[in-house]
Amino acid sequence: MTVDQLINWLPFGTDWPVITFLTAVIICALPVFLFIAVYALVAIYGEVKISSFMADKVGPMGQGVGFHAGKWGLLQPVADALKLILKEDIIPAAADKKLFIMAPFVVFIGAFISFAALPFGQNTIIADMNIGIFYILAVGSLSVIGIILAGWSSNNKWSLYGGMRSAAQIVSYEIPAGLSIISIIMLTETLSMQGINEFQQGTIWGILPNWIIFNNPFSFIAFFIFFISGVAECNRTPFDIPEAESELVAGAFTEYSGMRYAFFFLSEYAEMFVVSGVSATAFLGGWNSPISGFFDSPGWGVFWFMGKTLSLVFVMIWFRWTFPRLRVDQLMSICWKVFLPFSLLNIFGVGIWSLLVG
Amino acid sequence: MIVDAAFWFIVVLTLGSALTVVLNEKLIYSAIALLFTLFGMAALYVFLWADFLAGVQVVIYVGGILVLIIFGIMLTNRITSVNISHTSVQKGIGGMVVLGILFVLGVMILNTPWLQTEFVEPVQTTATIGTLLMMEYLLPFEVASLLLLAALMGAAMLSRRDE
Repeated sequence: MTVDQLINWLPFGTDWPVITFLTAVIICALPVFLFIAVYALVAIYGEVKISSFMADKVGPMGQGVGFHAGKWGLLQPVADALKLILKEDIIPAAADKKLFIMAPFVVFIGAFISFAALPFGQNTIIADMNIGIFYILAVGSLSVIGIILAGWSSNNKWSLYGGMRSAAQIVSYEIPAGLSIISIIMLTETLSMQGINEFQQGTIWGILPNWIIFNNPFSFIAFFIFFISGVAECNRTPFDIPEAESELVAGAFTEYSGMRYAFFFLSEYAEMFVVSGVSATAFLGGWNSPISGFFDSPGWGVFWFMGKTLSLVFVMIWFRWTFPRLRVDQLMSICWKVFLPFSLLNIFGVGIWSLLVG
Repeated sequence: MIVDAAFWFIVVLTLGSALTVVLNEKLIYSAIALLFTLFGMAALYVFLWADFLAGVQVVIYVGGILVLIIFGIMLTNRITSVNISHTSVQKGIGGMVVLGILFVLGVMILNTPWLQTEFVEPVQTTATIGTLLMMEYLLPFEVASLLLLAALMGAAMLSRRDE
C-alpha cells in the first residue's frame, strides 16, 4: 500500500486535509522508525555473535537465564541500548552547540527517508516514485553533510579529520555506485523501484531466475561494484578510515555520547539496510522468488526481500571481520582507478548488449 | 488544500533559509542554511511535476556543491576555530542594487505571459527528458559534456605537481 492509496482510504477524507496528511505520515513513518530500531538491535546482536564465531569465541553468553544479558547473551543489545539511553549527554564546551546537536539527526534523516522508496513487497512500499532508485541515491548525500557537521562542530582535530575523510570517501564512492545503477537502468528502462522488480520476474532459459545480476556479464560486475561502493558509503570496514579507532579515536563521532551517539549508530545500521535493500532490488530480484512461481505471492515477497537484504547485511558484517582497513591512498586509488573505469565500461557493455542481444 | 499548505510551508522554508544564508555572520551557518534552501528548491520542482529535476538538484547541489563549500570552509587556515565569520560591507549601496534588481525582476514577472497548464500528473517524467536529450538537444548536450571534459582536464592539469 502506498501513501497515496492510504490518503484516499483514510475516513477523514478531504474534510480535514491536514489531519489526513499527518495521520498518513505517522502511519508510514512510525513503523519504519520502529523497524529500524528493532532491526538495529538484531544487527548489533548479530554483529557481536558473528564476530565472535569468526574469531572462534562464543561472544556474550550471559550467566544463566537471569538478568545477566539473558540466554546466549540475547539481552546484550537491549542492555547496550539502555546504556546508551541512560548515559550522560555531554556537549563539549568548545563545540558549536547548535550544529553539534543537529548533526546526528541530519545523518539519521538521510538514512531514514531512504526507506520511503524501498519496496518491501509487491504492495508494501511507502511511495513508488517515478524516480525511486534515483531518490535513494540523492537523499543518501544528506548523511555526508551530517557527518561533516559532526566532525566540524565537535571542534576536535580527530573529529575534523574523520569528517573530512568521510566526506571525501562518500563523495568519491557515490560515483561508481551511481554509474552501476545507470547500467541497470539501461536494462530496465525505468527508475521506479517496483518497475525494476517487475522487470526481473520470470526466468532465463527456464533455469536461472531472471535477476539483473544474471542478465548479462556486465551487470554481474556492476553488482559487485555497487555493493562494495555501498559498503564504502556506509563507512564500514574495510572502508572505515573515517572512524579508524586506532588512529582517530572514533573519527567524527569522538565527542558524542549517549543518545546522540546512538543515533549515529542507528543510522549506520539503517544505511547498511538501505544499501543492501537497493542491491537486492536492483540486482537480486527484490521481492521475486528465486524459483519462479515458488512461494511467489505478495506476502512471501516481503520474506524474499528481507531474506536477500539481511543476507547482504550479513555479508557486510562478514567483510568487517575478514578484511583489514585500507589506507587512504589505497581507498582512493581503488575508487578512481578500478571502479570508475570498470563502471564506465559496464555502461558501454550493457548498451552494446541491449542492442545486440536484448 | 494539503498541497497548498505544503507549498506555502516550503516557500517559507526556502525564503527563510535563503535569508539566513545571506544575513548570518558565521560562514558555516550560512552553508547549513543553504542546505535547507536547496532542499526547498528541490521540493518546488516537485510541485512542477519535475521529480527528476528535484533529484538532480539534491544530488548535484547538496551532494556535490554544498559538500565542496563546506570543504572549502574547513580547509581555511583557521581550521581549528569554529568561529569563521563573514560580515556585510557597504550595506547602503548593496541594498540599492538589490532593490533595483528586485524592481526589474518584478516588472519582468508581472509582464511575462506565463504558460498556464492543467494540474495533471504526467505519466512519465524521465523518459521524455531522455528522448529530448538524445534526439532534439543532442548537440548542446554533447557540447556541454565537452566543456565539462575540458574543465576536468584543466583541473587535473592544475593540481598536478611539477616534476
